[in-house]
Amino acid sequence: MIGHRVHRDLARAISAVENGITDYRGALAQFAAFGGPPRGSRRADVIGITGPPGAGKSTLVDRLIEGFRADDATVAVIAVDPSSPFTHGAVLGDRVRMQRHAGDPGVFIRSMASRSAGGGLAPATRDAVRLADEAGFDIVIVETVGVGQVELEIVAVADVIVVVTVPALGDGVQAIKAGLTEIADIFVVNMADRPGANASAVDLKHMVREGKRDIPVLQTIAQDGTGVSELLEVLNAKRNGEDTNAVRAVRFEVVRRARDEAVRRALATLDTPDAAAVLDRLRDHELTRNDAIDALALMLGGPAHAH
Amino acid sequence: MQTTEKTIADELREWEHQTLLPFTERRPESREVFRTQGGAALERVYTPAHVEDVDFARDIGFPGQFPYTRGPYPTMYRAQPWTMRQIAGFGTADDTNERFRFLIAQGQTGISTDFDMPTLMGYDSDDERSEGEVGREGVAIDSVDDMLDLYAGIDLEKISVSMTINPSAWILLAMYLVTAEERGFDRKKLSGTIQNDIIKEYIAQKEWVYPPRPAMRLVRDSITYSAEHLPRYNPVNVSGYHAREAGSTAIQEVAFTLAAGIAYVEEVVKAGIDVDDFAPRLSFFFVSQIDFLEEVAKFRAARRVWARVMKERFGAKKPESMRLRFHCQTAGVSCTAREPLNNIARTAIEALAAVCGGAQSLHTNGYDEALSIPSEPAMKIALRTQQILADEVGVIGTIDPLGGSYAIERLTTDIEKGCFDYFAEVDKRGGTIKCIEDNFFQMELADAAYDLHRRKEAGERHIVTVTKYRDESANPHVELHHVDEAASGRQLARLRKTKETRDAAAVQAALDEIVRVAKTDENIMPATIAAVKARATGGEIIKALRPVFGTYVETPVF
Amino acid sequence: MPIKVLVAKPGLDGHDRGAKIVARALRDAGMEVVYTGLHQTPEMIVNAAIQEDVDVVGVSILSGAHMTIFPKIMTMLSDREVDDIAVVGGGVIQEDDIPKLKAIGVREIFNAEASTQDLIDGIERIVAETGRASTRSAQALADGTRVPDPAR
Ligand code: B12
Ligand SMILES: Nc1nc2c(ncn2[C@@H]2O[C@H](COP(=O)(O)OP(=O)(O)O)[C@@H](O)[C@H]2O)c(=O)[nH]1
Ligand SMILES: [Mg+2]
Repeated sequence: MIGHRVHRDLARAISAVENGITDYRGALAQFAAFGGPPRGSRRADVIGITGPPGAGKSTLVDRLIEGFRADDATVAVIAVDPSSPFTHGAVLGDRVRMQRHAGDPGVFIRSMASRSAGGGLAPATRDAVRLADEAGFDIVIVETVGVGQVELEIVAVADVIVVVTVPALGDGVQAIKAGLTEIADIFVVNMADRPGANASAVDLKHMVREGKRDIPVLQTIAQDGTGVSELLEVLNAKRNGEDTNAVRAVRFEVVRRARDEAVRRALATLDTPDAAAVLDRLRDHELTRNDAIDALALMLGGPAHAH
Repeated sequence: MQTTEKTIADELREWEHQTLLPFTERRPESREVFRTQGGAALERVYTPAHVEDVDFARDIGFPGQFPYTRGPYPTMYRAQPWTMRQIAGFGTADDTNERFRFLIAQGQTGISTDFDMPTLMGYDSDDERSEGEVGREGVAIDSVDDMLDLYAGIDLEKISVSMTINPSAWILLAMYLVTAEERGFDRKKLSGTIQNDIIKEYIAQKEWVYPPRPAMRLVRDSITYSAEHLPRYNPVNVSGYHAREAGSTAIQEVAFTLAAGIAYVEEVVKAGIDVDDFAPRLSFFFVSQIDFLEEVAKFRAARRVWARVMKERFGAKKPESMRLRFHCQTAGVSCTAREPLNNIARTAIEALAAVCGGAQSLHTNGYDEALSIPSEPAMKIALRTQQILADEVGVIGTIDPLGGSYAIERLTTDIEKGCFDYFAEVDKRGGTIKCIEDNFFQMELADAAYDLHRRKEAGERHIVTVTKYRDESANPHVELHHVDEAASGRQLARLRKTKETRDAAAVQAALDEIVRVAKTDENIMPATIAAVKARATGGEIIKALRPVFGTYVETPVF
Repeated sequence: MPIKVLVAKPGLDGHDRGAKIVARALRDAGMEVVYTGLHQTPEMIVNAAIQEDVDVVGVSILSGAHMTIFPKIMTMLSDREVDDIAVVGGGVIQEDDIPKLKAIGVREIFNAEASTQDLIDGIERIVAETGRASTRSAQALADGTRVPDPAR
């Protein structure tokens, strides 16, 4: 049974990783949340919810919690909202839509500020999901920032990805084309009470047909729960079915690490005296911007690009 | 005319160069821009050149005549002063009844009722959500038995009774009608108002039960029922007070209110009722803030805009459909907890603005407004303030005394324009209800409130004793309203008694009938009246309908 | 790391003008603000504070029910072993009640006379005094010791 102490300890463990403490594994067992019997190979199913801001993601998550709780599954939610790039402050608003579950010990909701990380998740999201898993939750739902761009980061975290969109988001469908078909396991056209829902669903279905994978397209009205039971059915089937995301997740993770490493190296290079000399010459108008970029790229060992 | 107008503009420029400039070089003005509370920049001085676009006959005219800028009636306060209507509400029905009688004895001419949070939100006093709140911020009313005691000994055919009630307004109206019936009053002679303005709840006051669309249906049903049965009753009091108190600008106050008015009219017209059959009974409610000039202009603008909307948008024919009547309350948010007696001065100035703006009815706040619900002595001074205005100051003798002032006419016309700009925006966004659902008004309001707060802190609009002339010595003590902690126990006993003495089966049958009606498009009033008569409680009715109508969860915006 | 604050609206009170201004001002001062929304029970507030692991719970209350609400919140925080989270309040709270609230552990009451800068400074001061709830727990994790005392 997940009690209040588990909530507290999980919450504090998440704070630890949020605040940059990485060497905590050994200590976790001290916490009620992590002191239970080993979970073995059984682990939480992680559901990613992504899509543009205002599409109804949080409202839908609220409905999913309701549905999973009706089956007695425990649910942890990690909801990410954007930080201000200027002040680093944030108002984390997702919780409000799910707050009616705040009295339920089987539900744990944690808001996270993106802290200026790109990709739709916060730096600590992945660890937070892992901790919620270890703390014994059956299902972990991750809601992304929803900045409207493709948030591929979610692939590394979630087993099943739901892409939420709304009717008449004309260029929304375009945006989806640009990349979300790659990651979506389920498309949801939310706000089906609004005009244009059928048309949007038909568009999406056409798009899916062009691709390789079979992606169901559902319609929901998160506000009153219409269509949510169908979504739950599909999600449950995915949970019990084969792990289609594993391969994608591993590929993505490898690419991500490579990218992180490249960024790290680039930043280190920029700190060297050679790079500083190039930048000085740029400042003194001795080099054009393009020349400077080429010179620095050469130091990195990469090819100098034509622009 | 062409030449004189040019001359005035020229003369103004000349005056600026010859008189103003040399003067300000020696003695500069204290600030570059002076703004109204709503943020509009004021001209240094207004002249006929500033009101060239204002036409006397078209825009100003005469009281009691389209576009009603100067007042809804041709005689205004020369016939009788506004209704002096102090709000009261605390504890049980008996406690509040005593306050009503006190105020009437002191010369008050109307009654206004404030309910406690559970009643306002549709919970009975014995609901667990009501704990600690029963009778605290208003009077607790669970069933018609409470209402009977609330207005006991008061002649409901003679005095008009207003009730500040919203999501559950239709139930309280039913209780009022049953109260009148059981006491033998003629429905046709009942005058009074239920606030019943659900739209501004989602924007500003935050009392809600059901989502906007089913809630609109309940408002519609009470309006159509009143149109048929209650010729002297105002079934809705479309309110800007709350948005302004929540931090809106003056323009937003009027624009949001009238946008709500438009939505109600559309809803009822859609139900097949002729606009002239109900529009005359629509009434309004505005604040009177501390910014005197802007407020007077605001009231005048509101009347003009509504008249034009009714005539041009809805094709109303009856003059009564076009004339806007309003209740007014001084601004609670302008009152301070520090040196509370200063609030008497603030309130008096705000009351004067309401009177110069032509209010039909007025509540003046107590000096203890920022501290607790009003004490009896505070209410007495507030009422006396109104009486002084009516009997000593002499502003009642001439109608719209500030009409024709260049400044006032300019501000009036600017507020009018601001309103029509908002209406265009709202129409573009799919109408008032859609704008509520999309948080449009809420976002506009949040931005205005934050902006005003920052302007205050930046010293642009000072608050005496808070941002200026702060006296750090102990705050002068005033005796406050004493919350009777035993009241909630008494109310629970009253509720128990009602529940024990009623016919439970009849109550259940009446509730079932309301639920049945709710699922159809029939008017919900008759079934509600029957249930109330059987002693169903407000909370029971609200609860029975939740599965039919759903619940509302706000998406807060900042 | 930004300070994390829960802005909470308890009971049936719907006065949210102040709470929203405060939330926005704290955000603009670089804090992470979680807003509960209206009409919260003390239990919902405490659970949210625990799950969000905030440094400060800020309760905004204008309904006059503060002497019922605050004691419930304080007791529940201590029952759930999270009384290291600082609690502050704001709204319409009469001067006579402030010492009573401080006596049960409420750190500070900010009324309408407090400027937003006062609130920001006040919260930063309180967090500096108590230490960050989150940082302390992180430290505890690193040390392998439990906070608070496991005996409770
Ligand atoms: C504005 C207002 C309203 C507006 C509210 C709009 C809104 N959405 O907020 C409206 C008109 C809708 C309204 C309605 C009612 N009101 Co009113 N209202 C006020 C009023 C005049 C001002 C409050 C305000 O917003 N001030 C401005 C803001 C910026 O200040 P603030 O809230 O105090 O916040 C500041 C500080 O307190 C502090 N702060 C506040 N919260 C927090 C939180 C944290 C974390 C921190 C650090 C600081 C902090 O910082 C803020 C910024 O400086 C007060 C009286 C007064 N002058 O205070 C009555 C008052 C609060 N209302 C009262 C009443 C009774 C009601 C009603 C119940 C009336 C009725 N029976 O119908 C309804 C109930 C509405 C509801 N749903 O709850 C009473 C409460 C009585 C009591 N406590 O004993 C008061 C005191 C008036 C009175 N004297 O009767 N009201
Ligand atoms: N009409 C309609 N509105 C919805 C629906 N789902 C959510 N909303 C509303 O859309 C707004 C944004 O919802 P939210 O869940 O916060 O979106 P998010 O930003 O994607 O998390 C809220 O006002 C919801 O009430 C729906 O199915 N229909
Ligand atoms: Mg969201």
